[in-house]
Amino acid sequence: MPKQQGGRHLGVNRSLAGDILIFAVLACFGAFMLLPFIYAIAQSVKPIEEIFVFPPRFLANHPTTENYRMLSQLTDSLWIPFSRYAANSIFVTVVGTLLNLIVASMAAFPLAKYKFPGSGFLFHIVVMALLFTGPVTALPQYIVVAKTQLINTPWAVILPTVALPLGLFLMKNFMTQINDAMLEAARIDGAGIFRVFVSICMPLVKPASFTLVIFSFQSLWNSTGGAYVYEEELKLLPTILNQIATAGMSRVGPGAAAAVLMMIPSFLIFVLLQSRIIETMAFSGIKG
Amino acid sequence: MMSASRKRQRREWSLLSRIIRARGCYAMLAPFYILFFMFIILPILGAAFLSFTDFNMLEIPAFVGLENYARLFFDDDVFLIAANNTFIFAVITGPISYFACLIFAWLINELNPKLRAILTFVFYAPSISGMLFVMWGFIFSGDMYGYLNYFLMSLGFINQPVQWLTNSETVLGVVIVVQIWMSLGTSFLSFIAGLQNVDRQLYEAAAVDGVRNRLQELLYVTLPSMGPQLLFGAVMQIGAAFSVSSICMTLAGFPSTDNAALTIVTHIYDYGNVRFEMGYACAVSMVLFVLILSVNHVIQRIITRVADV
Repeated sequence: MPKQQGGRHLGVNRSLAGDILIFAVLACFGAFMLLPFIYAIAQSVKPIEEIFVFPPRFLANHPTTENYRMLSQLTDSLWIPFSRYAANSIFVTVVGTLLNLIVASMAAFPLAKYKFPGSGFLFHIVVMALLFTGPVTALPQYIVVAKTQLINTPWAVILPTVALPLGLFLMKNFMTQINDAMLEAARIDGAGIFRVFVSICMPLVKPASFTLVIFSFQSLWNSTGGAYVYEEELKLLPTILNQIATAGMSRVGPGAAAAVLMMIPSFLIFVLLQSRIIETMAFSGIKG
Repeated sequence: MMSASRKRQRREWSLLSRIIRARGCYAMLAPFYILFFMFIILPILGAAFLSFTDFNMLEIPAFVGLENYARLFFDDDVFLIAANNTFIFAVITGPISYFACLIFAWLINELNPKLRAILTFVFYAPSISGMLFVMWGFIFSGDMYGYLNYFLMSLGFINQPVQWLTNSETVLGVVIVVQIWMSLGTSFLSFIAGLQNVDRQLYEAAAVDGVRNRLQELLYVTLPSMGPQLLFGAVMQIGAAFSVSSICMTLAGFPSTDNAALTIVTHIYDYGNVRFEMGYACAVSMVLFVLILSVNHVIQRIITRVADV
């Protein structure tokens, strides 16, 4: 595959001048995309007198780790230990991501490879539901969560994300590509649907699993818990970091440091698994 | 000859036996669909029901008929502002973000694999950066530390700082810029993948047929074979364009000056989470649902006509 693409690269209708022009355009817009990141990193290493210097300077003159140290001091002096918020976020992220992967894959497999009454309809409503993003359904969802006993437990954050349509949608489209002969062979050997799913299907859809893990991870990791958890012991990392950052002008530096630290895990996972994601998204289409 | 009723009976029996035979399938679907019903379907159905009631979360909902809807269209000027803002917002960000996803994915795909990987990350990063968009607040800040103001003033474009986030004429523009910055997400990745999957031989065949440059390749070869991805991208971008809320509330404040950054979703938040007028908030939600579904219906039709799906 890569060799083929390399061959196309300077193949028909290609010129070096065209490539340079394209790169120049992308570099300009890329700089715009990176602006807030550069700004956040620069703010996080500025000594306090540079943050309030006029005229404002974009980059730091004398970079320092002062803000990161101040952030760790601030987090040490919290009423509830900082590790508690971190543990809450890690719990919600890890459990939520795993559940999402297992539950979505389990439902995707029969939809992709079996025909049974209602299969078309069940997939169709999931495709429709792709339209309704979190904020749109937030209020009705809040009423449901509030009427069950889930409110103010980590499950109020986890369970709604497990039911998100995107996971099932991506897994189903990827699983449709599996060769039927392999599944048939296992079925003839007497394996039930669940056995076929665990021992044949799942190992074949690793790229899609990784993709689902990334989407799920970053949405749960950035989740503030909103109105679903209100007890201090249950609050999540973004909530407390926002509190630290918005506590006043002198917190601009540590706030930027917190923002920089929070985005590292999501970015790291994406960079490590990028090629797998692209592979999965190739099957993300909707047939009209 | 079998009588009609016996035929029907046999059909019912065979349906039942097909259901029983597929019980393993249903068992595997159950966990997802139970949660999906509870957290997506039930909320939507519940909101439809509650939109005809007066409900404050504590007392039992009282049926009020179409009162909420009447109030919404005839008696709530603020809702009309919200609807208007959401509409302007969606009409601008929806198409721009959709075409930005497509054009950037296309341009990135023209480069060699190493550059492609780096640039994919650069353009995708904003959509997974969580709350990092608050940094735009500093860039657009109206005080003397605002970078954009400083930059424009030192170049002589403006004489005094512009209150980007509190001036009702500029705030929606700022929110639009930030939303577009964040919008290269799932659909963008889907387009990049779709582009890489187009059969290479098609390009060579097209060159023989007289396709002379990259733009013609895009129009005559690439887009027609990316139909399914184009539809998926549209669904994701329509959903995002109509649901903007946290950017508005964080950057422009809540409530914003003259409600200039009020959208339908922040209006729902106002009535639902602040005033606890759930019945009314649900009516607003229903209007939004219907709006999104109908826009989606129209757009999907247009795309199926452009590409072979």
